[in-house]
Formats: sequence, structure tokens, C-alpha cells
Amino acid sequence: MNIAKPNSYRSGPDERGHFGIFGGRFVAETLMPLILDLEKAYTAAKADPAFQAEMNGYLKNYVGRPSPLYFAERLTEHLGGAKIYLKREELNHTGSHKVNNVLGQIMLARRMGKKRIIAETGAGQHGVATATLCARFGLECVVYMGAVDVERQQPNVIRMEMLGAKVFPVQSGTRTLKDAMNEALRDWVTNVHNTFYCIGTVAGPHPYPTLVRDFQSIIGNETKTQMQEIEGRLPDSLVACIGGGSNAMGLFHPFLDDPSVEIFGVEAAGHGLTQLHAASIAGGRPGVLHGNRTYLLMNEDGQIQDAHSISAGLDYPGIGPEHSWLHEIGRVNYLSATDDEALAAFQLLSRLEGIIPALEPAHAIAKVMELAPKRPKDHLMVVNLSGRGDKDVPQVGDILRGKSK
Amino acid sequence: MTTRIDTRFAELKKAGRSAFVTYVMAGDPDLTTSLNIVKALPKAGADVIELGIPFTDPMADGPSIQAAGLRALKNGMTLKKTLELVRDFRKDDNVTPLVLMGYYNPIYIYGVDKFLADAKTAGVDGLIIVDLPPEEDDELCIPALKAGLNFIRLATPTTDDKRLPAVLANTSGFVYYVSIAGITGAAAADANAVGAAVARIKRHTKLPICVGFGIRTPEAARAIAEKADGSVVGTALVDALKNSLDAEGRATAKTVNAVAELTAALAQGVKGAKQAAE
Ligand SMILES: Cc1ncc(COP(=O)(O)O)c(C=O)c1O
Repeated sequence: MNIAKPNSYRSGPDERGHFGIFGGRFVAETLMPLILDLEKAYTAAKADPAFQAEMNGYLKNYVGRPSPLYFAERLTEHLGGAKIYLKREELNHTGSHKVNNVLGQIMLARRMGKKRIIAETGAGQHGVATATLCARFGLECVVYMGAVDVERQQPNVIRMEMLGAKVFPVQSGTRTLKDAMNEALRDWVTNVHNTFYCIGTVAGPHPYPTLVRDFQSIIGNETKTQMQEIEGRLPDSLVACIGGGSNAMGLFHPFLDDPSVEIFGVEAAGHGLTQLHAASIAGGRPGVLHGNRTYLLMNEDGQIQDAHSISAGLDYPGIGPEHSWLHEIGRVNYLSATDDEALAAFQLLSRLEGIIPALEPAHAIAKVMELAPKRPKDHLMVVNLSGRGDKDVPQVGDILRGKSK
Repeated sequence: MTTRIDTRFAELKKAGRSAFVTYVMAGDPDLTTSLNIVKALPKAGADVIELGIPFTDPMADGPSIQAAGLRALKNGMTLKKTLELVRDFRKDDNVTPLVLMGYYNPIYIYGVDKFLADAKTAGVDGLIIVDLPPEEDDELCIPALKAGLNFIRLATPTTDDKRLPAVLANTSGFVYYVSIAGITGAAAADANAVGAAVARIKRHTKLPICVGFGIRTPEAARAIAEKADGSVVGTALVDALKNSLDAEGRATAKTVNAVAELTAALAQGVKGAKQAAE
């Protein structure tokens, strides 16, 4: 495909929420006035120094930012190539990058006077972050989670309940993340007057992909500063896993206009790209779902297909629209890692660095294992360690003991 | 242009009564039964037919309609077969307006231009596409109008006076007022609130206004018909169909009648309504 390169990769979306042909606002009329309100509220908040200052206070003292940029010396030695740095988002309060975005959206919800928050969650990390901030600010919290995910991510379900959230196991469709998102949208349509929908990734109708990206960009901004301090220059490459793509977009966005920086997004290849997987770019095409046009897994009739990944957080048949655009325009390389590769990487990082990663960023580590050895020793590679593996300990324990799989 | 929808509402206005609009899912539970149901609807008293396009992820629909779509898909229903169903229906009925209702993705994947051409030749009169607000009119609404199809927009309780003109701008055929902020199959709004909303919308348009979501009984259909130009019933018909299926979800000898009988009862309700003076 021959697409003209833009002057900046960072200026999107246009005023209607489009990144090239992707993005947009494909929702029921009932929701349109709310989405337009949200856009207005966000524009005003962004321009308000008080909003920024309040957020920065919570980011520092509640979330625990900045997260460290850690030189993974043993992993680097083991792989024998690029110098590997881990951006330690797993050290954030609640255990993943999700909290950055949730903090921003909850502050917005407060500004808008909303008292009831709903969210969808796959791995439960977004749900836990939402439940946590709702507890902190005394808001009612309802989390939709596919019944299958409720089973495989029990520790997070218990956490959400302890934090006072109501978790609804979604029994419709494939009973995973996409159905949780359908159910959350249904709740929102029904309770528009008092409810704020806190979306967990860079997807959904405009302005969500932009708003979530902006709140997550703190990851890349910090990385830029930290790398400057440690190495005195920009990194040479970035690697992050992709479910909807929020941790990846947060790391990538501040670097998009730095041409020397190679960027890799890693989708979940599940059992393999010719079988059940969750790699929307590798195995999908542009379509319209959940309020936006983006790459989706679907059949020839436009029906959405089941995604599969060992990682509940990556198990989604779509990807954020900005990623679809970055793929078509060639700025970011999208790769994929299988369940088995992610499991191997999960173990390697645990053994070599004493860091048990979530299964989601284990997919990124899996590709680092391929990419790093091929790069010279002065190559600086940053991997986004988007979350810690506590939630996955029971599931991975079972697999490693050969009980399930 | 005058479409079957325009003609039908003009006739109803002359007769001084409200329209009864039925919704069923194409291909539920299978193509043949579904065709027989659609054929039975006008005879049972439906003035306008809405035919659902099955979709895996119907975000604005409740469990009944989602299940209906999944039943149809499981039995091999596609958008192409939905258009074939319309073509077969048109062999014996050239007057009843038929509107396809669904979500955008199957149409987008089919190809918008090809879809509009095929829908027009099959005998489709209008489209209701739930996830295409006026902000996305370039996608399908404008091309549909050019192709001679009505594009029927939903107006909802959240559509305020400021927004209504945008919602009505490219709407034709009729306006579908969603009586509640909610999904299909939810609780019904009361007729007085609906009456006020219809009066509000009438200040902005001359188009007929049909009201749906949550209407299940002849009495409710009648109460709405007294306030609006039409009542739409979907979930109740879909549930009647579902309750006639066997344990494996297959059609039985009762299926077509179950839908036709409820349609007839609802149509009686609507026909008994006195129209509000305009
Ligand atoms: C730790 C972690 N990383 C990544 C993801 C995937 O989401 P995203 O691609 O939006 O970062 C999740 C989602 O639950 C997660 O929990």
C-alpha cells in the first residue's frame, strides 16, 4: 500500500476522531450526546493547570510514579545482544499500567459530576484499577468481566470485590473481553444519566482512544527522560505487548516522531496464527466494532470471531484504531508471540531477573528474546513491563504442573 | 422519490390510524421458517416489517434479540441470505414496506455500494443501522439516500432539541423514537412521557414518528399508537418464536403461528387506538 507519510505521527486524530480511515464514533444515538460531552470535558480538563496538578499529585503519591527504568543485566547477558531496559509499570499501585488511565478518567468523571462508574475487564487489571480509584474517591463501581475470565483470573475478582466493586460475570457470546465490552455498553445505554464508562484501552468511540493514549503517554515521556539520564540518548528500540494497545501506545507515542527509534508491538498468537489466536493485525482486516473502525478478527460475512490467548488481557478480537493506522502507514512493526513462547518468556524473566511478569508483557519479552540477540551490544532496547504476574500465578502454576492446558 | 414507506404512511394517515411495525430476526431459527414468518406478518396485520440482520455483537440489543441473531448465525444465516429472503418475500408482496435493521460491520464488509444496489433490487425500502449516528452519515446514510433507500434514524430521550435537527437532517421514511434510554427488551416507558417526546420531535419534522423498545402487549401497543404514528414490537415477537422451538432450538409446527398470532393480537390493539389530533 502506498500511503503518504505525515509530517508528524503524533498529531492525530482529526476532529472527528479519525486516524486515517480508522477510529470514528460508531455508537447508538443514545450515547452520542454523552460522548460529545466527554470530549468537551476532556478538552477543558486538558487546558486546566489545576487538573494537571491534581493528577500529578496522585500519580506521584498514590500510583508511585515515576516507575523505574531498570537495566536488566542478566537478561541482557543471557540473550547476548542489545542492552535491555525494563520500564517497570508492574511496580505501579494495583500492579499494572492500567492505573495511569483510570486515574485520569476518574478525575474526569468527578469533574463531570458522575457518581457511578462502569468498566469492562479481561485480565482484571483494569477492573482492579477502576475498583481501587472508585474506593479512593467514594464512587459506585460496576465491572463487567467475561465468565471465562472470571474463572481464570480469580485473584483479581477477589481483589475487586474486596475493594467494594460489583463484578458481573458476562454469560453472553464468547464470555470474554469483547462480550464484557458489549455488556458495559448496554449498561451505559441504560444508565446514561448518572454513569461514566471507564474504558480500559485505546479503543472505543472517539475521544476514548485519544484520551487513554494521552493518560498512558506518561510511560513514554518518563522513558525518554530516564534514558537521557542513564545513557544520554534516545533508546534504539521499543517493545510492548498489545491487547487493545494502551500500554504500547503509552510507551510508543512520545517516540513516534523520532525516526531512529524502531518500534515493535506484540500481539497474542495464541495456539498459532493459523489456529485460534488474538492477533488482529496479523490475522484480521478493517471493520467496525465497539464504536470504532479498526483491524478485527472476523469471518467473510463480517461476523466477529472468537479470539484466543493464554492471557486474558490480550484476548480481544480488535486493537486500538491508532495502532491500525500506525501499521498501515508502516511506523510500527506488529509481531506476535504464541502462548508457548509467552510461557517460556514468563519463566525466563522470573528466573533471570527475579521479576514475575504478567502473561501479557511476557508476550513482549518473548519477542525480545528473538530481537535482542540480533542487535549490537550498544543497541538500547526498552520493553514495557506492563504488569506483574501475581494474578497469573495460579493459572501458570497449574500449567507448569501439567494440570491444565 | 416516493418509497413504499411513504405510500404506506400516507394511506394510514388517510385511514386515520397508526402503523403497527413488527421486528423479527432474519434467519431465526432457520432461513425457511424465517421466510414463512415474514410472509405471514402482513396477513396478520403488520403495516411495516423490520427485519434484523444477524450480528455477533449487537451492542444495543438485549438478550432475546442477541440470542435470536446467534440462532440464525448458527444455522448459516448471512447478509447475502438476508437479501435473498427479502427477494423471496417480494415475489408475493410488492406493497408492504420492509426495513433492514442491524449493525454496520456486516454491511461494511459486504461493501457499501454493492450492498445498496443488491438491497434495492431485492426490494428493501429502508435501513436502520444502530451504530451509525449522524456524525458518520458519509458511511452509509448519504449513499443510501442516493440509492433511493430511506435511512431511518433513531431518536432517543438523550437527543435534546439542540441535537434533533442533526439527527433529523438526513432521515427519511419515518423517525424511530426509542422510548427509553436502554436496550431492546427492557422495561417500557409510559405512554404520557412518550406522548410528550413525540410532540417535541413533531416540532422539528413532518415525518411520521414510530415508537419502540419495551412494547410487549396489545394494550401497551394501543397506548403508544394513540400518541404516535406507529408502535414497534420486536422482543415480544422474538420471545414468542423462541418459546415455540424444540429443545434443540429448532422450529416446530407451531413456530410460524406463534409469531403470527401474537402479531394479530398486537395489530388489533393498534387498530383500536384513537389517533391523537395533530
Ligand atoms: C498487565 C497488562 N498488560 C497489558 C494488557 C493489555 O492491554 P493494553 O494492550 O491496552 O495495554 C493488560 C490488560 O488487561 C494487562 O493487564
